[in-house]
Amino acid sequence: MRTQTSALRSKDLLGIEQLAPDEINLILDTAEGFKEVSERPVKKVPALRGQLVINLFMEASTRTRVSFEIAEKRLSADTLNFSASGSSVEKGETLIDTAENLMAMAPDMIVIRHKHPGAPKMLADRLPASIINAGDGAHEHPTQALLDAFTIRERLGRLHGVSVSIIGDIAHSRVVRSNIHLLTKMKASVTVAGPPTLIPAEIEKLGVRVVHSIAEAIEGADVIMMLRIQLERQGKLSFPSLREYYNTFGLTPGRLRSAKEGVIVMHPGPMNRGVEIASDVADGPWSVILDQVTNGVAVRMAVLYLLGGAHAE
Amino acid sequence: MTLLIQNARVIDPSREFDGKADLLIENGVVAEVGKRVRGGGDVLAAAGLVVVPGFIDLHTHLREPGHEHKETIATGTRAAVAGGYTAVCAMANTEPPNDERAVTEMIIAEAARNGACRVYPIGAVSRGLKGEELAEFADLRAAGCVALSDDGKPVANAQLMRRALEYASMLQMPVVAHEEDLHLREGGVMHEGFYSTLLGMSGIPAASEETMVARDAILAQMTGAHLHIAHLSTAGAVDAVRNARRAGVHVTCEVTPHHLALTDEAVQSFSTNLKMNPPLRSEEHRRAVIDAIADGTVDVIATDHAPHHFDEKNVEFDLAPFGVIGLETAFSVCYERLVRRRVIDLPRLIELMSTAPARVFNLPGGTLRPGAPADIALLNLNERFQVTNTFASKASNSPFIGETMQGRVVVTIVGGVVQYDLRAPAPLPRARKRKQRRKR
Repeated sequence: MRTQTSALRSKDLLGIEQLAPDEINLILDTAEGFKEVSERPVKKVPALRGQLVINLFMEASTRTRVSFEIAEKRLSADTLNFSASGSSVEKGETLIDTAENLMAMAPDMIVIRHKHPGAPKMLADRLPASIINAGDGAHEHPTQALLDAFTIRERLGRLHGVSVSIIGDIAHSRVVRSNIHLLTKMKASVTVAGPPTLIPAEIEKLGVRVVHSIAEAIEGADVIMMLRIQLERQGKLSFPSLREYYNTFGLTPGRLRSAKEGVIVMHPGPMNRGVEIASDVADGPWSVILDQVTNGVAVRMAVLYLLGGAHAE
Repeated sequence: MTLLIQNARVIDPSREFDGKADLLIENGVVAEVGKRVRGGGDVLAAAGLVVVPGFIDLHTHLREPGHEHKETIATGTRAAVAGGYTAVCAMANTEPPNDERAVTEMIIAEAARNGACRVYPIGAVSRGLKGEELAEFADLRAAGCVALSDDGKPVANAQLMRRALEYASMLQMPVVAHEEDLHLREGGVMHEGFYSTLLGMSGIPAASEETMVARDAILAQMTGAHLHIAHLSTAGAVDAVRNARRAGVHVTCEVTPHHLALTDEAVQSFSTNLKMNPPLRSEEHRRAVIDAIADGTVDVIATDHAPHHFDEKNVEFDLAPFGVIGLETAFSVCYERLVRRRVIDLPRLIELMSTAPARVFNLPGGTLRPGAPADIALLNLNERFQVTNTFASKASNSPFIGETMQGRVVVTIVGGVVQYDLRAPAPLPRARKRKQRRKR
């Protein structure tokens, strides 16, 4: 048994930065049990029956929102989706007012996606409900890092000592920050790679190696994690063109030839085929990209269960 | 009307005086400073207190006209006297901006009517603060402006800055520069460094300030004008000022209490009361600024008092406006960080807050010389207190709420009139005294 604790210490999941290694193990171990639920003919357990979970998505999201919603339904929670477009937010309501109004309807948990860092903490500081961060700006996306860790553990059997290279737009990625916190806490080694224009200041102080060549990043890595390049960044001083980006940092089968035997390729999605990753890689034998999506549901069930269900008992 | 302040420690940096004395005020001016002074009127027993020239803030946003929901001339000057300030220089970025005589006159008239302290308006460098054409400097000066600044924004156009310096030098007016390259800021909300990376927030690099300080130092050298750098916050900016001064350039600079007390590490709380521009820098920059105070590179401590309404700050960090209030906490913050931690002594701190600002902007005050206006602050160096969210300012966007501090302004006198008195009403003065003694 890897787990040393049976509960999370906070009422909220705001980021990986605040989690202890035993809490990370607890979530991953709990998710293993829930993965089996998703493989049953009746994919439902009553853990969160009678609990109300609000999915407050102030920024566009498909995968994460759908994944949370499925996780909530499989735990028998009542769910409600709230998105910024077509809501009071468009009429100028502030985040705090929106949240306090929702709180007046007594949700047990609020899952929030927001484009500004710190928005989940604003809610957590003010509301009694459990707040789950589903991505806040370029700050954190804890459930993504947890599902990534779950997938690595499933494939490679461990996190300790695993070498992970994360390649792409490091500066604007919440996935990177959560993954760095998680992987370094679990004693994996992390390399980040990208053009200097997409590497944020002093990131090496987070305990990672920084390289500017994809070949160096690939060499010796057990896991290669590609990040989405936001198309709107091209030509805006981050890099000259998508064409040049693909030529210097795109992951192709040719480049993977120098990779370690058994390397796995991950991507948090949504992918830009032909920009950061070639289709032959995304759909190839290295890819665990769809496993990540499947595991996302199990990991989110574990988080919801530990924050809501476990306390309710 | 006379007032005799008895048995105080009097510090007057303008005369390098620091000793026990009485101070007599007659008809709004300092009449006499010395031992056993006699006066016919009221007596203020000041044993245990320190009497200093009233502080002068070169950098205050009073927000009136136009942003009265944030602050007014009446409330902003109340905040000033609560912090020991007897004069403040009002920045021009109001609505409309102070870019023409009528606005200057309105500010001066309102200050005379409802102000608790002296108000010296600062005129805009450019019409509408647009950075395109010069405002009417001579007219602004004639109306009462003491300096020129587009503060809140940099003067991005180097040619406009050059012409502003040249034209202002004819009028002996300093040009106050908010040094920032907006292209380098590019959406930044906090200092660019480890903590902006950790928090995933857009950074404002130190270079955005330093490149502009370097540019303006060169323009000041070229024109021979007086350049005053507002709210200096980085090691490179400190070096640029030091080098320019060594080369004989007429450049002065100010530092805010928050930049010498706090760093970007605090932003991890996501509190919008830690968002200001320039941003809280890293520890390395903070130390460079403190060193610059110790070695005399910094001329003045100024607050950059920037009130905002609660609603404006009660939003996501990215969306909150830049700025924090500072008048009411400035002395206590500086006393703790600079004097109690032995960076400088108390007379030097008083100089940085009163005598030096008067000299830099050529203003009356900053002295207790007989004949000078009786602009005076009384300090209790032993009083410990906690900063609460109740302020004389209309706003409460202070980064110091909750902090316990020692050393407090207790009385402020402007032109011989007591405008602030913390001692009255004094509930249970004896009990309070006893408590303090026990703590010590």
